[in-house]
Amino acid sequence: MDIADTQPIPLVAAERIVKRFGALTANDHVDLAVMPGEVHALLGENGAGKSTLVKMLYGLLQPDEGRILWQGRPVTLVGPRAARALGIGMVFQHFSLFEALTVAENVALALDGAGKLDDVAARLAEVSRAYGLPLDPKREVWQLSVGERQRIEIVRCLMQDPKLLILDEPTSVLTPQEAEGLFATLERIRAEGRAVLYISHKLEEVRRICEAATVLRHGKVVARCDPRAETAASLAAMMVGTEIGQVRHDAAEPTGPVRLSIRGLSLPPPEAHGVALRDISLDLHGGEILGIAGVAGNGQGELFAALSGETLAPREEQVTIDGAAVGRRGINARRKRGAAFVPEERLGHAAAPRLALSENALAAGHATNGFVRGGFLDRGRMLGWVDAVTQRFDVRKGPRDPEARALSGGNLQKFVVGREILREPGVLVVAQPTWGVDAGAAQLIRQALVDLARGGAAVLVISQDLDELLEIADRIAVIFHGRLSAPLPVRGLTRERLGLLMGGA
Amino acid sequence: MRLILEKRAETPLALRVASPLLAVGLTLVSAVIIFALMGHDPWRALHIYFVMPLSDSWGLQEVAVKATPLVLISVGLALCYQSNNWNIGAEGQFLMGAMAGGWLAVATHGAPQGPWLFPAMLAAGAVGGALFALIPAVLKTRVGANEILTSLMLVYVAELLLDWLVRGPWRDPMGFNMPQTVTFSPSAVVPLLLDGGRLNLGTPIALLVVAVMAILVGRTLKGFEIKLVGEAPRAARFAGFSEKRLTWTVFAISGALAGLAGILEAAGTVRMLQPGLSPGYGFTAIIVAFLGRLNPVGCLVAGVFLAVTFIGGENAQIMLRLPLDVTRVFQGLLLFFVLACDTLLLYRVRLVGRAVA
Repeated sequence: MDIADTQPIPLVAAERIVKRFGALTANDHVDLAVMPGEVHALLGENGAGKSTLVKMLYGLLQPDEGRILWQGRPVTLVGPRAARALGIGMVFQHFSLFEALTVAENVALALDGAGKLDDVAARLAEVSRAYGLPLDPKREVWQLSVGERQRIEIVRCLMQDPKLLILDEPTSVLTPQEAEGLFATLERIRAEGRAVLYISHKLEEVRRICEAATVLRHGKVVARCDPRAETAASLAAMMVGTEIGQVRHDAAEPTGPVRLSIRGLSLPPPEAHGVALRDISLDLHGGEILGIAGVAGNGQGELFAALSGETLAPREEQVTIDGAAVGRRGINARRKRGAAFVPEERLGHAAAPRLALSENALAAGHATNGFVRGGFLDRGRMLGWVDAVTQRFDVRKGPRDPEARALSGGNLQKFVVGREILREPGVLVVAQPTWGVDAGAAQLIRQALVDLARGGAAVLVISQDLDELLEIADRIAVIFHGRLSAPLPVRGLTRERLGLLMGGA
Repeated sequence: MRLILEKRAETPLALRVASPLLAVGLTLVSAVIIFALMGHDPWRALHIYFVMPLSDSWGLQEVAVKATPLVLISVGLALCYQSNNWNIGAEGQFLMGAMAGGWLAVATHGAPQGPWLFPAMLAAGAVGGALFALIPAVLKTRVGANEILTSLMLVYVAELLLDWLVRGPWRDPMGFNMPQTVTFSPSAVVPLLLDGGRLNLGTPIALLVVAVMAILVGRTLKGFEIKLVGEAPRAARFAGFSEKRLTWTVFAISGALAGLAGILEAAGTVRMLQPGLSPGYGFTAIIVAFLGRLNPVGCLVAGVFLAVTFIGGENAQIMLRLPLDVTRVFQGLLLFFVLACDTLLLYRVRLVGRAVA
């Protein structure tokens, strides 16, 4: 194999890659080099730009700037077929298999120039044996476990004899035992001189199997390292960043009354790739900010939905707001009790992209803000609310009432946070309050949260940004695999201690 | 060089109005080409198709009579489509409404009837259409069955049921074995508005429905709920709206309006039940809904336009011996162009040089 030569030319290299989606820069001058025979980790939070980058390497997206080099030569990957022709294979996080077809039929469908089905089945059996990925070509896919389905995708890639295999969060759908099997297979693939680009935010796993790592944050490369020489905590710090802000806040022990409480809440995962919540208990006091830290995908979204009432608790008394049991009540009943919520995703969850700001104010406030009288909308009040939020939270926009998607990320975030804070809620639950917003907006939002708590409200901040939590929270709990640790006072809490908790120690 | 589509940050209002007009324009251009290929003078054909129906009182009344069911049905469908509920089965709901209301007329035929009969028929028609539309809604929310398929397949159920009824239990004993019911008695018929025409009370009812729907969509929380569920389902859940309940609501409303259109057609224009009751109103209304930008007032304008093509098609059949299928082709082309032009609302088309490696 020609990739075995010893020249230090990367197998694949991305140089100064820029990719923009509207106002968002998903990849901002990203450099990446994967050497032959290397298992290279691409680390970063959700939204850091990992998937965007690998989609460009696999020809699914085209870079706006920069270039991709394959064995030192610039290439244009017009599509996945071109990428496969070079020797790049990719296994996606979510599989694309036809449930009603057999393993062999699925592989034959996706293989370029597949040939006869019997030949495919024979080669499939051979490859799956060689890599220790047992598969029966004649089984129908619907009968197979998730791990077996992933094997199909991996075998399908290996049958193309790739020089580079891209795996997008492969273990997120696997049991620990299945993950062990995958690691053994990766060893074999590496031993044959093939390179692997391994996308993950599971730090222990990356330390174990990868020999190089590129860390992305907010679309930029922030570090390159040998993960074997790092600790889980130091990798976590690289992922979540270490900038220093200047919000005025003195952490204190909680003294106010309990305003939001959760008791023994367990919920099954809402979907196949979701996380189950396990026995979560929590007391949130008036006057405090409680931070919930954790690596993405450990149950943050599920916890938010359970708090907001988008997912109902099994029993009424498991969630209480100011002493009133609301576990079986929906989001508007909880809002009427004085709770307010800001979800993580600005566009699509907190706000409808193509609706005007006044209508987005209506969406969150129709039960509480007097926007509706006798079923009819009071557009004057809605606009007045938009004006008030705009003024108090310095939301910069062109027209008075633009569509939500016309605002920049920071300004929309100021709007969706401000829309809730203006109501002066007794309890505020906010997820990723400053994700992907500029420093000025982040500072304003954090200060608003601190001021709200100082006024007697209870504030819960779910965030993956450790610096943010250390800056504004009074206590921090860590969520890991759907379990919530006991909250620790921020005073005397170290980043290392949190890093260990975030890694499940 | 290649064409690329680039997402727009915001859609200008002018473009929202221009897009359906552009679609109509492209349809007319295609019509000219088709007429020319069929060996007719395109200008004369266009005149017969699109001008003649609007040039005398008889034609205008006919346009109103055809537009009435199209507008009624499409206004309901627009609600469904806005909220991402793809009710394709309005044709079946139309027939079901005609049957439910027509049953009252048939059952009381020859017995003493009163002024209660006509309103009762309208109510029965609306209820019949609504219940029939709730079948795909419940199947969607309970077992996750795709409503496009179920609502479409139920059209055939309704068609065959009507066929069986008028050949079997409801057949007119004096009807020379024709597959039809008795002709409805005067108190079971939609009152006419003018002497010497077919314009009936159905048309003002449709206008009233348009007005009510315009208020519902534009000024009430329910209208906002419909829009939000369609635009951003997660944001709708965040607003505390139940997608499931809304699915039932919009299917019930659109089924009721289709059923109302059905009984108005049966008791107004045809005055009996027979298999060929609908010339495909339920399907044409889908085009009307999209051409009308899923807006009640837009549906009114678009419904009139499509009605013109129906009447124009009949004219062309008589005067040019063009098959009625040509009208169907136009209607299909129109939907195609409407959907294609909508791409322009969300994307900007740009010509770029090939990206250099």
